[in-house]
Amino acid sequence: MSTTATPPTPSAETAPGRGMRFTGWAANYVDERTSASTAVKALGRKIFPDHWSFMLGEVALYSFVVILLSGTFLTFFFDPSMTEVEYSGSYVPLQGIPMSVAYHSSLDISFEIRGGLLMRQVHHWAALLFVAAIGLHMLRVFFTGAFRKPREFNWVVGFLLFVMAMALGFTGYSLPDDLLSGNGLRIIDGMIKAVPVAGAWISYLLFGDEFPGTDIIPRLYVLHIMLLPAITIALIGIHLVLMVVNKHTQFAAPGRTNDNVVGSPILPGFAAKAAGFFFLVFGVIVLIASFFTINPIWNYGPYDPSPVSAGTQPDWYIGFADGALRLIPSNLDVVDPFGFTWAFGVLIPLVGLVVFLAAVALYPFFEAWVTGDRREHHIAERPRNAPTRTAIGAAGITFYAALWAAASSDLIATHFRLTIEGVILALQIATVFGPFLAYFITKRVCLALQRKDREIALHGFESGRIVRLPGGEYIEVHEQLDDFERWKLVSFDEYQPIMVRPNDQGKITVSQRLRASLSRWFFEDRIAPVTQNELESQKH
Amino acid sequence: MAPTSPASARRAGRRSPLATAALLVVGLLATGGAYALATTTTATAETTVASAQLIDEGGKLFAANCASCHGLDAEGTAAGPTLIGAGALAVDFQVGTGRMPMAASGPQAEVKPVQFTQEQIDAMAAWVADLAPGPAVPADRYIAGDGDAAIGAELFRINCAMCHNVAGAGGALTEGKWAPGLAGVDPVHIYGAMVTGPQNMPVFSDLNLTPEEKNDIITYLLYLEENPPVGGWDLGSLGPVSEGLFIWIFGLGGLVAVTIWLTAKSN
Repeated sequence: MSTTATPPTPSAETAPGRGMRFTGWAANYVDERTSASTAVKALGRKIFPDHWSFMLGEVALYSFVVILLSGTFLTFFFDPSMTEVEYSGSYVPLQGIPMSVAYHSSLDISFEIRGGLLMRQVHHWAALLFVAAIGLHMLRVFFTGAFRKPREFNWVVGFLLFVMAMALGFTGYSLPDDLLSGNGLRIIDGMIKAVPVAGAWISYLLFGDEFPGTDIIPRLYVLHIMLLPAITIALIGIHLVLMVVNKHTQFAAPGRTNDNVVGSPILPGFAAKAAGFFFLVFGVIVLIASFFTINPIWNYGPYDPSPVSAGTQPDWYIGFADGALRLIPSNLDVVDPFGFTWAFGVLIPLVGLVVFLAAVALYPFFEAWVTGDRREHHIAERPRNAPTRTAIGAAGITFYAALWAAASSDLIATHFRLTIEGVILALQIATVFGPFLAYFITKRVCLALQRKDREIALHGFESGRIVRLPGGEYIEVHEQLDDFERWKLVSFDEYQPIMVRPNDQGKITVSQRLRASLSRWFFEDRIAPVTQNELESQKH
Repeated sequence: MAPTSPASARRAGRRSPLATAALLVVGLLATGGAYALATTTTATAETTVASAQLIDEGGKLFAANCASCHGLDAEGTAAGPTLIGAGALAVDFQVGTGRMPMAASGPQAEVKPVQFTQEQIDAMAAWVADLAPGPAVPADRYIAGDGDAAIGAELFRINCAMCHNVAGAGGALTEGKWAPGLAGVDPVHIYGAMVTGPQNMPVFSDLNLTPEEKNDIITYLLYLEENPPVGGWDLGSLGPVSEGLFIWIFGLGGLVAVTIWLTAKSN
């Protein structure tokens, strides 16, 4: 209508530039054929709350992308064959030494192929970072209770990803067929062979011969570049979809309730930020890989079953298993009357580690059963507000850390000038008693912090202002928190121990009693959240 | 050379055709032998002259610095073993690396600044070698480090790496003892350690590792020392432990700092 009257402004509105017209046309073209706009509309409005600890999973995801990219480069040049050849490359201290093609091609990647060494180091550093980021991410989820309903499945998926990451890492560690990786495989072979009855069969099935045979590297290669990555990618897909379906947790704050999510939507803000963060992670990995050696396979030489180097350790994420083998007392092996050897020195750590991992995987279901809590939880708890869970977590960390430290017992001994026997004994004690100590200390600290929170919420914080009263008495003025700050201190769930109640038949079952006693263990010591009444009665 | 020619027949009659060659050999042998004899006699003479003084001087140094533990005649006491038969190389290693005189009793003798000049060490070595035959300081060609680094590396992995680590970074032994790192160790001391087996180290005799093979090992260790690590800083060549610590502290620690920085902007 008014287009003719005032040409300049409307023409800018109605007639967009050629670029805009093309974008619009292309978007429409794609949308008419895929209905992509529905997905974009749904996903683009997904909200992600902002907290630094919510980005640890992203670190893991991005380092996995880096692993995929660098790993693809490595597959172009790596040859997993175990055929014996003589080295003729440019690293002098190996020239003329017989070795497998796998080791030769790993050396060629390091010394002959342009950018190969950088890519190898990027791949390996990114792998270490991947597992470390998963570990820290899991701890964050655990200590904030973000595994509670409806996220138990996603916890299990995440746990499987952790196991996959360890499996990927270990198969990758074994591929170069150097002395270190061969020693690692030898330990795995020993652990498999310790399994009663089936051990030797499984070992021969895996290695195709008496250790080391000539099949293991190609087999591990298939696992490492095809099966395990495929499973991992599928699990990551499920993990992310479930995260979108369940929504992200957030910390309690004014306006942030159990029924909403406050944060920035994926499009445009979060996506742009995430892309930037990806490049930061990539950059940090490449910087580390450029300046710091990782796994100098040329030092280790080709695998030969006779030598074992001092300081032979697995990569950090397998360290706890290595440590368990180092800590178990020697001479536990028993020969039964039928002449079979029971290698308890290997079996006990093996079973112990499986039990530990299973406990990690199943903890959400255990806690849900003990607390009898069927509500959905979308607010991330502060660790102090769940003292027993936090204490259990601390005990688990202590147990893991003691085993982990034991994997470097020899280096602890040399670098801190201790005897290796003393280090082992101290870590044995730490493994057995440390978790209990950590449990009690953490629980008391949590309760004390809760008490402090309650005190501050009710009476305000010490302002540091000293006032002399007319009577000569000195008091320190306490100032009240503002509502925003107080909200964080007072909004958390209160639990009570479950009462033992008879069921429909009027009986009290054993599992009822167990559940009630566990629930008492969880919630007997507790600090009640500040109630509205208490708050109002405090307002003078 | 055909014998049909009269001239050659005449010459053949007077001398065998091999005579020239035989004469040459005799001449060379005589000259070479005489020269060799002359040089060795002078050398031996010098050594014996030097030795008499050296041994005397070494004996005094020993009495002043070592005898309190090893006994006045090196017969050994409760505090130290006998040195009869220990040989010059053992003295050169122990004193030349500063391990002896020992600073204090402990799990093992520590490396510390060398307490004597090389001349004094040689003197004590000569005195100990004079007590009874023992391993002597090797010829220079066995510690030149010009052997085959690849053979040396393989021998090192098989014989040495279980205590000293594949990259010679050292490792732990029982009861608070340790195998020291091998960077910066003088070749003659590496050789000496292999031959004399100081403290917890086994002896690698010449039947076990020939002097040439010992030289190969020295060559490998010198190669590691002289060539910078190709992958960047080597984190002490300690293997996966230092790598794991590094990625947790600097890798993940750095990225956590980045996440805090990224989320801090929004507040």
